[in-house]
This record gives sequence, structure tokens and C-alpha cells, in this order.
Amino acid sequence: MPLLDVQDLRVDLPVEAGTLHAVRGIDLSVERGEMLCLVGESGCGKSMTSLALMGLLPRRARLSAGRLDFDGESLTALSERRRGQLRGRRMAMIFQEPMTALNPAYTLGNQLCEAFLRHRLGNRRQARERAIELLERVGISAAAERLAQYPHQLSGGLRQRVMIAMALMCDPDLIIADEPTTALDVTIQAQILRLLRDLQQELGTAVIFITHDLGVVARIADRVAVMYAGEVIETAPTQALYANPSHPYTRGLLSCIPAPGKTPPGSRLQAIPGVVPSLVGEVEGCAFRNRCPLVREGQVDAARCERTPELRQLAGAHQARCHYAEHRAATRVVQPELSP
Amino acid sequence: MNALSSPGALADQAGAPTGTETDGDIDTMPALELCALSKRYTLGGGLFKRGRALQAVSEVSLAIPRGQVMGLVGESGCGKSTLAKMLLGLVTPSAGEVRVDGRPLGDAGQKALARHIQPIFQDPYSSLNPRKRVAAIVELPLRVHGIGTPRERARRVAETLDLVGLPQRAATQFPGQLSGGQRQRVAIARALIMRPDIVICDEPTSALDVSVQAQILNLLLDLKQEFGLTYLFISHDLAVVEHLVDRVAVMYLGRIVEEGSREQIFAAPRHPYTQALLASALTPEPGLGVPDIGLGDVMPDPSNPPSGCAFHPRCPKAQARCRETRPALMAETTGVSRAACHFASA
Ligand SMILES: Nc1ncnc2c1ncn2[C@@H]1O[C@H](COP(=O)(O)OP(=O)(O)OP(=O)(O)O)[C@@H](O)[C@H]1O
Ligand SMILES: Nc1ncnc2c1ncn2[C@@H]1O[C@H](COP(=O)(O)OP(=O)(O)OP(=O)(O)O)[C@@H](O)[C@H]1O
Ligand code: SF4
Ligand code: SF4
Ligand SMILES: [Mg+2]
Ligand SMILES: [Mg+2]
Repeated sequence: MPLLDVQDLRVDLPVEAGTLHAVRGIDLSVERGEMLCLVGESGCGKSMTSLALMGLLPRRARLSAGRLDFDGESLTALSERRRGQLRGRRMAMIFQEPMTALNPAYTLGNQLCEAFLRHRLGNRRQARERAIELLERVGISAAAERLAQYPHQLSGGLRQRVMIAMALMCDPDLIIADEPTTALDVTIQAQILRLLRDLQQELGTAVIFITHDLGVVARIADRVAVMYAGEVIETAPTQALYANPSHPYTRGLLSCIPAPGKTPPGSRLQAIPGVVPSLVGEVEGCAFRNRCPLVREGQVDAARCERTPELRQLAGAHQARCHYAEHRAATRVVQPELSP
Repeated sequence: MNALSSPGALADQAGAPTGTETDGDIDTMPALELCALSKRYTLGGGLFKRGRALQAVSEVSLAIPRGQVMGLVGESGCGKSTLAKMLLGLVTPSAGEVRVDGRPLGDAGQKALARHIQPIFQDPYSSLNPRKRVAAIVELPLRVHGIGTPRERARRVAETLDLVGLPQRAATQFPGQLSGGQRQRVAIARALIMRPDIVICDEPTSALDVSVQAQILNLLLDLKQEFGLTYLFISHDLAVVEHLVDRVAVMYLGRIVEEGSREQIFAAPRHPYTQALLASALTPEPGLGVPDIGLGDVMPDPSNPPSGCAFHPRCPKAQARCRETRPALMAETTGVSRAACHFASA
């Protein structure tokens, strides 16, 4: 049984112009000890998905799910109080922006120990010792002194490391990390990623890791889910995804990043032209079709792409939401036509 | 003379922004020169307590030739943004000097400074006023500097939106109605409307997804070509730095520890910290895992930096001498690269 089992998760947000369908029917499952990376365009619903899993959606948001099970228990059936007991104790979140999660009025020591004490995992001295140990593990010097400091006295990188230590305090089963290393330099990033991987192996923690950085994904993920416009459009074991990206959007993402040694410095980088369709109201057909190179270059039957594609099983555990996911090899060699 | 506040300035500046009033060997003079620039902050400190000093930037000297891109990389908290803010006049240096076209910034005055040097910051969400329309946001620097008539300013806004690839209808929209990439384009348009010579980019694409990042990098390269702009480009993404820059400066705890051409730094880094940095970069190759670069896990405290070479507690090559004497930033024999290490590889 997977630790987290989600089927047909939907999040709607009322906005001025109607209803924004921020998450449109996502299936996700995460095993114990698994690292799942979630990638995709800004605004595609990654953060909304993680907030839905944590039970931290904005109050106006409406959630529905065919299934939303954590360790065999349905989260949708839980009272707000039980949900709160899970949060921090068995599921922890590391936020994109640490300042929104740290309280400026309390010392780091107070904030680090709070959940540990609230969930009665030990006494004050034990909480303090664990806090110091974890601060050291995330690379913070003079850890004991730091406990008396306030969040504003730390640089952004230090704050993010404190957030990571805080998420680990209660030894949770699931950590959701929303771009935890985006603001850090690569040596500290490598150190924190190794720490997360070590803990995962030591303690069997499952991690959902959200990032834009396809280098990070390649190095840490067991499995990747690529999101576009509120849906998962491709999911596969990491090796398979990089070796054989099957959705045109995934291929687009992978070709946008400069590859040292391959992309000549200063040359033009590929981008994915066009913008995501509005998610206010229903999206008809494939959400990517207004930007899809296969459609633009006339390589596929555009009429077919007006019908919404299902997430289809390809080889192994590889799934893609495209009518033409198998047509990759054939279409790759076709040169785009130049307009006269 | 101060042509900036006269209405005619608009016409003067319509061409490439490289022309200045100074004549002579402008081409050999660096566009931007940092001379032993330092910044010290005082931490804590209260009624009965003396504050502790934090040396955020120490004696940084750098020269960026006109039309070139200087990349600036280094550990989180090593002083990159502080350096950028000093160049923009947002933070006053404790010591040292910034020269633009050979002239000290202090002389030029705040307004002239803003005309020469413009910033593009990391966060396109918080750096734009959410209650102003895009046209007003982009026009603001012209108004502040009293440049042009309303009609001329409107024309220049339209031109600049065009230049950064924003549709004209964006002019009447609010930042909240734009995508992340479009907002960063607005920030770039606001920086470019002053026709600066020098653009300071502090992590301009780290909040954006890779497709938008590609568009913004293409735009920055186009503008460099077209207008001969000079950039200081701060980023944690080494692949992006390698793609964009001509030279690279590497900082550690407030000091430049290595500086060299893109080719040299990426192919043959000389300083152990640069070597560690490059070894930590995660290329999109599955299966390779996250390397352990052996720097140890505990970062130095910037308010209490290590003696000698500040990198010595983490340096795999450290010797007794490194604890005692700080290595100077020295050019190697050919003089094209500098490194601050007693044992820098040749
Ligand atoms: N409080 C809110 N009210 C209304 N709409 C919102 C709210 N928060 C987010 N949205 C919208 O919901 C959609 C999904 O946003 P989400 O934050 O999940 O994106 P994301 O994938 O995390 O993007 P990023 O990579 O930029 O963090 C977006 O269209 C966003 O504009
Ligand atoms: N206003 C301030 N008062 C006191 N200390 C400061 C202030 N601003 C920055 N610092 C400190 O100066 C040092 C350099 O900070 P700076 O923001 O320049 O780092 P950075 O290299 O830009 O880091 P990052 O990569 O995380 O953005 C840090 O130790 C920081 O805590
Ligand atoms: S279904 Fe059609 S439009 Fe959508 S990604 Fe596949 S080929 Fe492109
Ligand atoms: S001077 Fe010594 S400690 Fe510093 S980088 Fe060189 S070898 Fe390492
Ligand atoms: Mg997000
Ligand atoms: Mg910074």
C-alpha cells in the first residue's frame, strides 16, 4: 500500500471572472522512502497540490478527490483537529518562501521545538538537543547560539536551512518540499539534497520535491511527475523520463536549459512559445495544443488533439497524456518548415 | 553638465547608449570599475551592548569592460547582493569606490547614476507596484528624472515594451494579470527605458521556469548585441552563467577568490572553492546522484570569519600556512586570471 494515494484531486478557486480550476484531476501515489519530483510551468498548480495534501488550502478554495489516502486513512474524512495532529508530526512541509512560514516574533529555538513539544515527543531538553543536532546537520554553525536568534537576523539561505531542520524535528513520514533550494548556492544545495536523501534512506521518509531545476530532478528523483495547466501530463521513473520524454511539453522543457558542452555559449536558447490557456472555465481538448510543436508543424491531426487525451500507459511505469506520445521518434527528425 | 534633466535629453539618448560626454580612450576604459569596495554591517547592538561587525564585502576590485558580461557566483550570503546594491547606490560602501567610465560615482550624483546603471532583481512579483498599470511602472524612471514631455514618454514606453517583447495591450494591464515571465519583462523594460549602459542583474531568472528563463536570457543577449550593454550577472545557476557571460568572478565570504575568462573558469578552475562549486553543479544526467564534494557540513560565520584564508576550515588542500596568512588575489603569469590561494593550480 502506498503511503500517499491520491486519485482525481481537484482544487477550484473562486476568482472575479468565475472559477479557476487550479488542479484538474491529479492522480499521485508515493511509496514510503520514495522521492517524487514535481515539475512544471509556473502557475501549473504544483503549490496548490501540495497545500491540498497538507490541508492548508486558502479558505475559499474547494477541494474534491476520488481518493485522498495517507497511510490507509482517508484525509477528507478527518476532522480539522485530527488533520492538525498529522500536520507537523507525520506530514511536514518546507515552503518556497521561508519568511511566510517563520514567525518573526519568536526565536528559532521556540519555533523549532514547538511541534516536537506539542506532539509530546519529549521534554524541553530533548527538544533542544534535537534542534541543535538538526541545525548542525543542515550546516548551521554555532547552532546552540542560533536558537536565541530571530528569523530576520538570518540570510535567506540560512532561513531555508532552518525550515528544513524544522520539518525534520518530528521525524515525519512524508515531507513536501516546495522549491527548498532555489535560493541557495550549489554547494549548499548539494549538501541539503544529500541530507534529504540520507534521511530518506535511513528513516524511510517519503519526499515530494517541487522544483524548476531539471538538474536537481535528474540527480535525486526516483520518479518524476510533470504538470501542465493543473494536470499531470507525464510521469515516469527518472531514467525513463530523461531517456525517452514522451509528451511534447516535457521535451520542450528539457530543450530549454543550456547544456554545457552542447549549447554554444551565447547562442539562442529554445523556448516554448505561447502561453498556458486560462484555467478559468473549462479547458476543452489537450491543454497544450495551442503551443504544441507537433500541431504547429502539422505533424499530427489537430482535430484529434481537440479531444481531451487520457493519461495513457506507455512502456513500464511510464505514462503520458498525449494522443501522439508514441510518435516521438518519427516526428523528431522532421525539420520545421520555413515560411517563405 | 547635466543633460539628463533637460527635455532635449530624450533626443540625445535615442541612439545607442554608449556615447558619453567624455572623449579620449573610452574604449579601453572599463565601463564599470570597483576599487577595493567594502561594506561592513553592525549586527545586534543595543542600549548596553556593542554591536558585532559583519564584513559583508571586503576589498573587492573588479573591472568590467564595455559590452561584456561579468558573472558573479558564490555561496549564499557571501555578499553578492550587497555588492550589487553598492553599485546601484542603494547601499553606501564603508570603503572603496565605484567608477563608471573612469569617473567616481560619488561625483555624478544620484540621478545621473541611475541613468547609467539599472537593476533587474530576482523577484518580479514583489518588485512591481501591484496597483499601477504596466505603462505607468515602465514610465516611472523617466518621470522621476524629468525626462521628456508626456507624449514623448508615452512613445518611449511603447518602444520599450516592444523591445522586450511585450504586447502593447500589456501597457494597460496590472502586474497581477501577467505571467511570471511577462512581469520579469516589465522589470527589464523599466530598467531599459533609461537607456542604461550597465545593467546589474541579481538572479533575474531564478524565480522563473525554464522556458521563460530561456526567453529572458535570449532577450538579455539580444540587448547586449544591439546596444552594447554591459552586465553584472549574479546567479546560482552555473549552466546559465556559462551560457551568458564573458568573465566570471567567484566570491567567498565577502572576497573575490578567483576571477577569469569563462573558458578558464569552467575548464580549469584554479581556486579550491571554485573547483568545489563546479563539482557541485547538478547537470541533468540521471543516475549520477548528488556528489559529496568534501567541504564538510558546517558553514563559516560571516561575523566571525576564520583566520588566514577564510576557506581553510573547509578546504581539502589547506596547509598550516593557510590558517595564518591570507592569500592575496594574484594574477598568474599570463595575467588573464586571478586567484587568491597559496596553492592555486597553475
Ligand atoms: N490565493 C489564490 N487565489 C486565486 N488564485 C490563486 C491563488 N494562489 C494561486 N492561484 C492560482 O492558482 C494557480 C496555481 O498556482 P500554484 O501556486 O499552485 O502554481 P505553481 O505551479 O506552484 O507555480 P510556481 O512555479 O510559480 O510556484 C495559478 O494560476 C495561480 O495564479
Ligand atoms: N542590512 C543588513 N544588515 C546586516 N547584515 C546584512 C544586511 N544585509 C545583508 N547582511 C549580511 O551580509 C551578508 C551578505 O549578504 P548578501 O545578501 O549580500 O548575500 P548574497 O551573496 O546575495 O546571498 P544570496 O546568494 O543568499 O542572495 C550576509 O551574511 C547577510 O546576512
Ligand atoms: S495531444 Fe496533440 S496537442 Fe496535445 S501534446 Fe499531444 S500532440 Fe500535442
Ligand atoms: S590558501 Fe590554503 S586554505 Fe585557502 S584555498 Fe588555498 S589551499 Fe585552500
Ligand atoms: Mg509554487
Ligand atoms: Mg543575494
